Amino acid sequence: MRRIAVIDYGMGNLRSVSKALETVSKQSSIKITADPQVIQAASHIVFPGVGAIRDCMLELKNLELIEVITQVAREKPFLGICLGMQALLSRSEENSGIDTLNIFPGNVKHFDITTDKMGQRLKVPHMGWNKVKQTYKHPLWNNIEQDSRFYFVHSYFASPDSDDVIAGTSDYPDSFAAALYRDNIFAAQFHPEKSQRSGLQLLENFVNWDGQS
Amino acid sequence: MSLAKRIIPCLDVDDGRVVKGVQFVDIRDAGDPIEVAKRYDLQGADEITFLDITATHHDRDTMLHVVEAVASQVFIPLTVGGGIRTVDDIRRMLNAGADKVGINSAAVKNPEFVKEAAEKFGSQCIVVAIDAKKVSTDEELDKWEIFTHGGRQPTGIDAIEWAKKMVTYGAGEILLTSMDKDGTKSGFDLELTKAVSDAVDVPVIASGGVGKLQDLTDGIKLGHADAVLAASIFHFGEHTVGEAKQQMASQGIEVRL
Repeated sequence: MRRIAVIDYGMGNLRSVSKALETVSKQSSIKITADPQVIQAASHIVFPGVGAIRDCMLELKNLELIEVITQVAREKPFLGICLGMQALLSRSEENSGIDTLNIFPGNVKHFDITTDKMGQRLKVPHMGWNKVKQTYKHPLWNNIEQDSRFYFVHSYFASPDSDDVIAGTSDYPDSFAAALYRDNIFAAQFHPEKSQRSGLQLLENFVNWDGQS
Repeated sequence: MSLAKRIIPCLDVDDGRVVKGVQFVDIRDAGDPIEVAKRYDLQGADEITFLDITATHHDRDTMLHVVEAVASQVFIPLTVGGGIRTVDDIRRMLNAGADKVGINSAAVKNPEFVKEAAEKFGSQCIVVAIDAKKVSTDEELDKWEIFTHGGRQPTGIDAIEWAKKMVTYGAGEILLTSMDKDGTKSGFDLELTKAVSDAVDVPVIASGGVGKLQDLTDGIKLGHADAVLAASIFHFGEHTVGEAKQQMASQGIEVRL
């Protein structure tokens, strides 16, 4: 039986994530938790999050979760979502600059306010359903069509030092990393738990994933 | 550019029941918000908005249960508006499974509330709802004023200035309803929509007045809206969300099909 730990550090509602996981994996045990022991005992780790990066890092420190997250991110199938992806980079521009977990070397940057080809202003946050181009054949993309749409809502995006860790890209208006991977880690800027069929498929793939990229 | 423009069906809910008559021939209980939300999800709705139209304390508890039930079965973004007055109201809705909350009268009463809410929960979940009415005559420059209490109470506040202010206070999105057009089925107030959409950096949802599919396309193309919200055009089975998207796509708008 899969034991999935959804890391709860007070950043946003985790109910949708856990309900979506329940829907795709009726046999799994799903725990929303901030307990390092439960996290260590889990087979799969989900690291979600919405909100601001400063609060995110503060909460992780206060709850003494940084060590255990860094550890399980080396060992178990690990899925970062949205802010839970951005926190895996080295540093974020948000809140005047915040050091983050440094699991993927690179930065998190703000979208420039700009216009599209039609001259219409591009809004920030980047909010809504955008196409994701799968740039690496990762097991988490199984049974998901190339260029499927996923639901995004964010004003900052990950810019890893190496392109080799990019699993998928989106355009807004320039190409940015919509998903990262390395070994047992996969991280998505979009919200699979809010991305209907494609999102549920990705979560199902994660639950069945052995952590090999 | 491949970000899709969004179509958002809106359900008016009173004491846990969808009102303004939803009529789908093939669902058992058309007043049940869960059944209706599931139907719109199947049709390809990009998000769903619930509006608690009476928003008494008792109603709000009922609404929490509705949101919980829908969020367990429908995996697209959900917004809840109506009677959101305190940080605790927001927390409870988000914990129940809502992704965003709509704040309307409470923002007018106390703009700092929007700031507090955005700092606490992030701008991505704070939608400021604006009900605007045109107050200029034909000879004057266009001017819209915001109204509260379902459009009954004037505030003297300019709608465009208010939208800009709410964005600086942390609103992540603006839900803009024309009180002149709401219920008329004669299309969005395109001048208002365009004026607000061009004035702010966050997405704007156009609302009020949709009577035919072309109105949705016009809201995007002429009104520069990022999303369109409609109720009756979908409720009465005149059109499905899928038909609306096909029509928009045929006119060159990016949609999620």
